[in-house]
Amino acid sequence: MSIATFLTRTRGRTRFDWTDWLSYIYLCVGLFAMFAPVVWLVMSSLKTESAIAQFPPTFLPYSQQSVQVAGHDKPLLLFTTKDGQGNTRVMAQVRRIGIMATMIDPANPATEIRVNINDRKPVTELKFALNNYTDLFGKFNFGRYLWNSVFITVVATLLTLLINSMAAFALSKYQFRGQKAVFLLIIATLMIPPTIILVPVFLVINSVGLLNSLWGVILPAIATPTGVFLLRQYMLTIPDELLEAARMDHASEWRIYWRIVLPLSAPALAVLAIFSVMWRWNDFLLPLIVLSRAEFFTLQLALNSFQGELNTQWNYLLAMTVITLIPITLVFAFLQKYITTGIASAGVK
Amino acid sequence: MATLELAKVVKRFDKTTILHGIDLAVGHGEFVVFVGPSGCGKSTLLRVIAGLEAPSSGAILIDGQNVNDVSAAQRGCAMVFQSYALYPHMTVYDNMAFGLENLGIAKAQIQAKVGAATTLLRLDELMHRKPTQLSGGQRQRVAIGRAIVREPKLFLFDEPLSNLDAELRVSMRTEIRDLHARLGATMVYVTHDQVEAMTMADKIVVLRAGRVEQVGAPLDLYNKPVNTFVAGFIGSPRMNFLPVALLPAQGIGTGPIPAGTHTVGLRPEHAAIGADGPIAMKVAQVEQLGSTSLLHGTVGVDTPFEMVCNGQTMIAGGDTIRLELPAQHLHYFDKDGLRL
Repeated sequence: MSIATFLTRTRGRTRFDWTDWLSYIYLCVGLFAMFAPVVWLVMSSLKTESAIAQFPPTFLPYSQQSVQVAGHDKPLLLFTTKDGQGNTRVMAQVRRIGIMATMIDPANPATEIRVNINDRKPVTELKFALNNYTDLFGKFNFGRYLWNSVFITVVATLLTLLINSMAAFALSKYQFRGQKAVFLLIIATLMIPPTIILVPVFLVINSVGLLNSLWGVILPAIATPTGVFLLRQYMLTIPDELLEAARMDHASEWRIYWRIVLPLSAPALAVLAIFSVMWRWNDFLLPLIVLSRAEFFTLQLALNSFQGELNTQWNYLLAMTVITLIPITLVFAFLQKYITTGIASAGVK
Repeated sequence: MATLELAKVVKRFDKTTILHGIDLAVGHGEFVVFVGPSGCGKSTLLRVIAGLEAPSSGAILIDGQNVNDVSAAQRGCAMVFQSYALYPHMTVYDNMAFGLENLGIAKAQIQAKVGAATTLLRLDELMHRKPTQLSGGQRQRVAIGRAIVREPKLFLFDEPLSNLDAELRVSMRTEIRDLHARLGATMVYVTHDQVEAMTMADKIVVLRAGRVEQVGAPLDLYNKPVNTFVAGFIGSPRMNFLPVALLPAQGIGTGPIPAGTHTVGLRPEHAAIGADGPIAMKVAQVEQLGSTSLLHGTVGVDTPFEMVCNGQTMIAGGDTIRLELPAQHLHYFDKDGLRL
C-alpha cells in the first residue's frame, strides 16, 4: 500500500462516512496540537534575534533588509516611508530618537529627512538565519556538550543492555531459591520515584569520588527495573529446549547467554535500547546534581545554563533545542516498529 | 561407542515420583528404544541420562564411569529433541558447527566434519538457509546432523519423528536405522509409537508409570510378553483378552489350561475362522483393507474381540462366526496380569 492510499483510507467505500469525518477531524486536531509547537520551534530557531523579539510574531523567519551606504560604517535598515503628499519611498534609517527617525535616500545619502515612525514600515525579506546553528560550534563549547551527551547516552545504553540482559537471563532461565523474591524486589523499586532517592544517590556518587565525572551520570542508572522486567518477560518465551540443546553442544553458560539468548532477544533489546537512549539523552536531574563544571555539561544542562538571569539569547537557545531533539526523532522514525511491539508486549510506558 | 548402565535410578519432582528405581544395561553399539504411553517417564529417563535432569538417587554409568556429577556438556552424549531445538538465528552450517566451536576445534576441521555430515544427510544445498526456511524433514535431518558431527559416545533421541507426517516418518525410520548401521554408535531412542519401537530397536524397554515392565528384543516382547500391559501395548492391532471362563474347561488342543489362569490373550492375527471352533464371535464391523480384513465384534457377554483374516472376506456386520483358538498362540495370565 502506498503512503498516499494509506493516508486517505476511508470506511465508506467511495465516499466519506460520518465516522471518516470524525476520525479525520480528530486526527487533524491531534496533529496540530502536537506538531504545531515543534514546527514553531523549528521556524523560530531560524529567525534572527530581532525577528524573534518582533511583535506581532510571524510564522516564517522574516528579517528586515538593510543596505550599505557610503559614509556609514554599519549597514542601515530599510523602511518604506510615506511623505506628506502620500508618495512612498524606500529609505534607510540613520538614527532614531523617540518617535522621530532620521532617514536618507540610499541613492542620495547627503539629504537627511526626519520621519515619524508611524509613517514608515520596515522592508522585510524571507531569511533563514542559519548562523544560529553554525555559531553554536564557534561561540560556545557546543561540541564539548554534544560529545558529553553522546558519550553518556551511548556508553550508558550499552552497559544497560549488558547488565539488564544478564539479570533477566538469570531470572528467566535459572531456578534458584529466592528467584521470585529477587524479581519482585527489582520490580518494587519501580514504585519509588527517582527524586526520592536523589539525595542518597548524590551522597554515594560523592563518596566514591565520581562528582564532576561523566561516569557519575552513567553508572547510577545502568541497572533499570523496567529493562530487567522487559527482557525477562521476553526471555521467558525462548524455549528451554534451545538452551538444553546448547548445553548438549558443550556450550558454557556464558556462551549460551552470548550466542543463543542475546541474539534471540534482539527485538526486546532494541526496545530497551530505544528507551535507554531516550532516558539518558533527555535526563536532566541526575546530570544537574552530578556535573557542576561547564566542561562536563550535557546538552540539556547547557540549554539550561543558556537561560541567563539577565539576558537570554533566544535564537541560540532555540537552535540548540532543535539539535537536542534530532537524535530522539531519528530513533523514533527508524525504530518505531520495535517501540510499538515493545510497548504492546511489555506493557510499559 | 559406549555402554550405558542405570542402577536404581529414581527421579522425584517435589513429592511426585516419576521414576521408581530403573535398572538397565545397554551394550556397545546397541539401538535401544524406550516405549510406553505418555506420562510413563520415558522422556524424563532420557533427560536424566543426558544430564539435563539430575537423578534423585541411583547411578548412571557411561563406559563404566559414574557420570552423576558430570554436566550435560561433558558427558559426551548428543541429543535430538522432539522440537528439534535448532537455533533459529543460525544457518544450517552454524547450527551444526556450534558444538564443534564450543570444543575449540580448528575452523578447517569443523568445515570438514560439517561437510561430511551434510553430505551424509543430503543437506549440502541447504547449508546457508535458516531453520525457518526448511521443511519438517529437513529440520529433522539438521538436528540429527548436529548430533553426529561431534561423534558422540551416545546418541539420545527424544520422539524425533512425532512431528512428521506419516509418510516421512516411515522413510526417516529407515534413515535412522541406516545411520545406526553406518556409525555403529550406541543409540537410545524414546517413542510412544510401538510400531517405531518394533521396527527400529535391537532392544525394547517398555515403561509404565516410572517402572520398567519388560526389556527384550522386539520379537521376544511380541511372543512372550511378561504381563497384560506389555501384551496389550506391543503389537497392532492390540491383543485380545478373554476371561478364562469363556474357554472350554478341558483346555484347547493338547495342553490343559495352566492353574491360576485368569485371562487368556490371543493376537488378532492368530485367531482363525473354523466351523467347529470352540467359541462364537458376533461380528459388528468389518474393515476391508484389501490384502487383509479386520473384523470387530464381541465374544461371550460383551468381551470385545478383533481378528485379522488374510485376503478379502464375505463376512459382514451382524454375522456370527465360530473361532478356532490355536493353542500355541495362546497367552495365559494370572489375576495380577502376570504371564503364567
